Amino acid sequence: MDIVVCVKRVPDLSEAELAIDRRSKRLDVSDLEAGINEWDNFAVEAAVRLKEAHGGKVTAVTVGDEEAEDVLRRALAMGADEALHVSDQAFADADPWLVANALCKALQGRPFDLVLCGAISSDGTSGHVGGMLAALLDVPQVALATALEVKGRKALVRHEVEGGLEREVELDLPALVTVQTGINEPRYVSVRGIRKVAEVEIPVKSAGELGLAAERRVRLEEMFLPPSGAGAEILEGDTDEVVGKLVERLRERGGL
Amino acid sequence: MGGLEGSALAPADASPFGLSGPLLHGVLLAITLATFAWILRRRIELLRLGAPDPRFDRLGERLKALLVVGFGQARQPRYPVAGTLHILVFAGFLILLLRSLTLLGEGFVPGFALPGLGGAAGEVYAALKDWTALVVLASCAVLAWRRVVVKPARFHDRHALRSHGAEAYAILGLISLLMLADALYEGSAMAREGGRTVALPLASLVALALGTSSAGTLDALHLSAFWLHNVALCFFACYLPVSKHFHVITALPNVFFSKLPPPGRVKPVQHGLAAGAEPERYGVRALEDFTWKHLLDFYSCTDCGRCSDACPSYNTGTALSPRMISVKCRDEAYVTHPVFGRASQGERPALVGGLIRDEELWACTTCGACEETCPVTIEYVDKIVDMRRTLVEEGRVPAGMQKALADVEKRGNPYGKLARKRGEWIQGGGEGCGVRLLDEGDSATLMWFTDSATAFDPRIQEVGRALGRVLAWAGQDVGTLGADEVDSGHEVRRVGEEGLFEVLRDTNREALGARSFERVITSDPHAFNALRNDYELDKPVLHHSQVLAELVAAGKLTLGPLDDGRTYTFHDPCYLGRHNGEYEAPRRVLDAIPGLRRVEMERSQERSFCCGGGSLYLFHESEGEERMGVKRVSMAEAAGAEVIVTACPFCLINFEDALKTTGRADRMEVVDLAELVARAAGARSREKPAEG
Amino acid sequence: MARILVIAERVKGRIDDSAWELLTAARALAGEGGKTAAGLLGSDLAALATELARGFDEVFVFDDPRLAQPDAEADGAALRALLERERFDALLAPHTNCMIDTMPALAVRLGAPLLADCVELEWRDGQLCGVRTVYGGKVHARVSAAKSERGYMATVRGGAFPAAMPGSVAGAVRAEHLPEGFAPRRRSLRTLEPEAGAVDISAAERLVAVGRGIEAQENLALVEKLAQALGAELCASRPVVDKGWLSKSRQVGTSGVSVKPKLYLAVGISGSFQHMGGIKGAPYLVAINKDRSAPIFGVADVGIVGDLFEVVPALEAAVRKARG
Repeated sequence: MDIVVCVKRVPDLSEAELAIDRRSKRLDVSDLEAGINEWDNFAVEAAVRLKEAHGGKVTAVTVGDEEAEDVLRRALAMGADEALHVSDQAFADADPWLVANALCKALQGRPFDLVLCGAISSDGTSGHVGGMLAALLDVPQVALATALEVKGRKALVRHEVEGGLEREVELDLPALVTVQTGINEPRYVSVRGIRKVAEVEIPVKSAGELGLAAERRVRLEEMFLPPSGAGAEILEGDTDEVVGKLVERLRERGGL
Repeated sequence: MGGLEGSALAPADASPFGLSGPLLHGVLLAITLATFAWILRRRIELLRLGAPDPRFDRLGERLKALLVVGFGQARQPRYPVAGTLHILVFAGFLILLLRSLTLLGEGFVPGFALPGLGGAAGEVYAALKDWTALVVLASCAVLAWRRVVVKPARFHDRHALRSHGAEAYAILGLISLLMLADALYEGSAMAREGGRTVALPLASLVALALGTSSAGTLDALHLSAFWLHNVALCFFACYLPVSKHFHVITALPNVFFSKLPPPGRVKPVQHGLAAGAEPERYGVRALEDFTWKHLLDFYSCTDCGRCSDACPSYNTGTALSPRMISVKCRDEAYVTHPVFGRASQGERPALVGGLIRDEELWACTTCGACEETCPVTIEYVDKIVDMRRTLVEEGRVPAGMQKALADVEKRGNPYGKLARKRGEWIQGGGEGCGVRLLDEGDSATLMWFTDSATAFDPRIQEVGRALGRVLAWAGQDVGTLGADEVDSGHEVRRVGEEGLFEVLRDTNREALGARSFERVITSDPHAFNALRNDYELDKPVLHHSQVLAELVAAGKLTLGPLDDGRTYTFHDPCYLGRHNGEYEAPRRVLDAIPGLRRVEMERSQERSFCCGGGSLYLFHESEGEERMGVKRVSMAEAAGAEVIVTACPFCLINFEDALKTTGRADRMEVVDLAELVARAAGARSREKPAEG
Repeated sequence: MARILVIAERVKGRIDDSAWELLTAARALAGEGGKTAAGLLGSDLAALATELARGFDEVFVFDDPRLAQPDAEADGAALRALLERERFDALLAPHTNCMIDTMPALAVRLGAPLLADCVELEWRDGQLCGVRTVYGGKVHARVSAAKSERGYMATVRGGAFPAAMPGSVAGAVRAEHLPEGFAPRRRSLRTLEPEAGAVDISAAERLVAVGRGIEAQENLALVEKLAQALGAELCASRPVVDKGWLSKSRQVGTSGVSVKPKLYLAVGISGSFQHMGGIKGAPYLVAINKDRSAPIFGVADVGIVGDLFEVVPALEAAVRKARG
């Protein structure tokens, strides 16, 4: 089986004090570490497991700056066989349409049975790249998979729909599946594991080399921090006092 | 009391089935020696496949261990009944060794006596031997009774796949058989020749019973008993290395080669590897990846169950039983490297992940209680760490722990807090606490390596500030690395992530190297152990309890009474106490507080019961039915304590949690030693600043 | 004036609130003299179509047994046929699991720009612009679609617009048919029903929610008792359900159940947007968390910064006493 998995390097915002850079009007991520998008990590694990079960090859692809190579190495350490890096200034603030086009061009001439993507990215959070890529590649797709199996030339996918329900569907390969967190338990990548793949060649392609002509369809004008509302009224006092005050509030509102 | 005429027929003079006695005996011995040598050779072959392990250093300490723990059976009395019985049987064994050799000699030479044991000495020995045999026989009876009737819980392991009880009965039977056969041998001769005496109780009893038998019967019994004894003895010798009683042969060497203090040191990936070189094998995946000493450990396990009895993880219902690791590996060794036949080529389950499941390995906190109690000094922590290295290599790490490790890698702490905030705890709570942040090139007398808990956990930050204040009152000059410090990597190493540990260690060593100081102080026993035993620093490393004890003894800290009438108990942290031998310093500090009433918990000092904090336990799901902290807090309550004093951040957190979830928080308290000292020294030292 | 199409989602056989919220957005974008239309796909839709017609000027109904289950490939093919025939200035859909599945591919096939997860929408120089959330809801971004001759598309965050009130004038209901040669490339096998005995919290008026702060399964009892005392249902955030401590039917969030209670008491929950996204309407939100900087305090009505192991039992006792 030839599997392609799309990964993205995203900043880690936990505990961070967010600030918007005044000039660029973008979030200042200079102080933050970055790593693989959590959903994509599950996708890489899913891809490697399918390869381990069915044989074949896993190729990891990313559209990102120089440092994005980290996540490709991580995918290699997890068991991907090859990696491909698409990097170009033109992709700054790329919208899902542009990213999907770049990925589509990168995959041209590469036969595949299955493309896996994380369902959403923790920074852009649109969840749209996967579906767009599927349409550009003209393959059937399904989003938010929570279980994935391949039997012959069919993919059996369980995915999230509305109201907390899940549905089981079947697609003919080649197909594209976007993956929800919790679909598996991704393996750990150790420091030694990364060292072992440190020397693997990762080809880098620019927009020109890919023959990419598409332009973004959604322009990012500026980022800003949402106006913080008054927020919660924090009750003060020791446990008994705050509990008493809370009970009063609840009584007032008929909550008791 | 006279016997019948003539003397007993010496076996060397007899000709059973018309064949020469000595010849038959010679054949018996030859077969035995050949078999024994063959078995031993096969057993040693496996040892030679194992990884290198330098155990020929510090010979003086090794001899001492051999004498005290080996011959002296020093660890046996911890279980008074079983321990006493074992000591009796062991001592009996040594004493009767001479008898066995004598009897072997008698197969060739009538009336054979070992050099030095002829004449009067021989008679003294004979009496000793006979009384010993009686004691051994009685002990075997009690041991069998315990197995059949008393059935101590320790004997049966919750995770045992099959019972090894049959082997226990076999060995008791064999030993008893040897005693009885010898008694019959002696007794039948005594019935023939006379000489019943209280000095030879067993033989005399038999002689009494045989009183009315004819000479021919007695001769027949005499001869049969002889052959029975010697055949049984030869069988015994060959049976040992194919059963769980191999320990009879390997225990003393195992003790000689045991891991010398400090136990807190962890085995490197490969002994004797040059820096920067790639190890042949990383972690243990198959049996042969263990070092030869660890394989010898497997041979030496007696399946006594004391390790699991002491194990806090086993005692809280997890998948781990240290004893089962030894037993399973030993059984696997016997199957895959059999005495007869080829090493099995068939499908065997993988050692790590199959025979020993991932959950078993992750359930260990590396507290070391198992190793500390093992009568034959079997090691466990190093083996578990070695097997975890394989799990890490293969990516099989529980999700919660993965996040903690990723945070340590990215931000230098398992809490995911920003690295640049690492020094901010000092100023928290409004006032500073006298501790300085040292830039590169700065110096201080004491370098405080805080490690991540003190730096980031709000509750432990309070402890840190209390310690800072106390050190300031005592006129100490203390600095920290601030944001240049990263996690000590102590737990990282022990969960098997050696690569990450090396990165952390090198980062810290560089940061320490850029500053000058006389001594390192830690407030976390895990950091203490790491810096003292894993980092190879060239400066002394101390735990805060040791520094506080020094200051109190030197009069730089005066402690006033607390006047609260409560009962206190000290909980020995695993990595201060058991792994590094420091039990006294914290107690000296507590006892320097006037009027403080202190009790000891049932399991204290080297028998302390782990709080459940090691191996990043706080970060991944404990699978047990109960929390270790809850169990320990119950022990404190049972000892009558109202305040538990700790000297480790994980212990503090675990016990406070336990008090809350079991509803004891209104009547019991947990406090760190530093906080207690701050309370006791606070009023006093503020009036009268100490002279530097 | 513009003609705006809204995809109306069905949940458990009823029109989802999102349709009415999008009607508000659609009316604003349609402007004076503009028209709002709803797209409804499924089977046995007569009553639902009538309901939609009370608010929308037009309702385009694909009533076909082949569309009984929402399916991105099938729905996408149906909508594409409609959109290639009828000219709409903008297509709005709720930002839900199903629409994440459907809209991107549809946007590519129609050649239209697609704005994701918007909380504000407006026209500027004939181009659709909006505000959307990024970085997990912590940051907002102002975005604008490139000029398009093929119309504009946007998915809209639930709760970003108030639900419109249905009017009295009935709009026109138009029956649509699936195109010739309709051959969706996905075969639906079955829908997984929630486990038998699973509770339905979506209708609960009072909810006590428990999150990662509870630390261990054995501590759930504490919170259960509080829920009982309040006459509330117990629910949870994803981490608690992932660990298997509570069943998935109690998971509140974008990946779980949507709830619309009057009272929501969040215990040990940080307030991630994935969890909060499951809370619709405007309940009285109470938060108990030991972390003062937890995002939930930014959106709660009242909060207690404290140790839940102390606060929850005390609260339970106080509630019992107050209720008598």
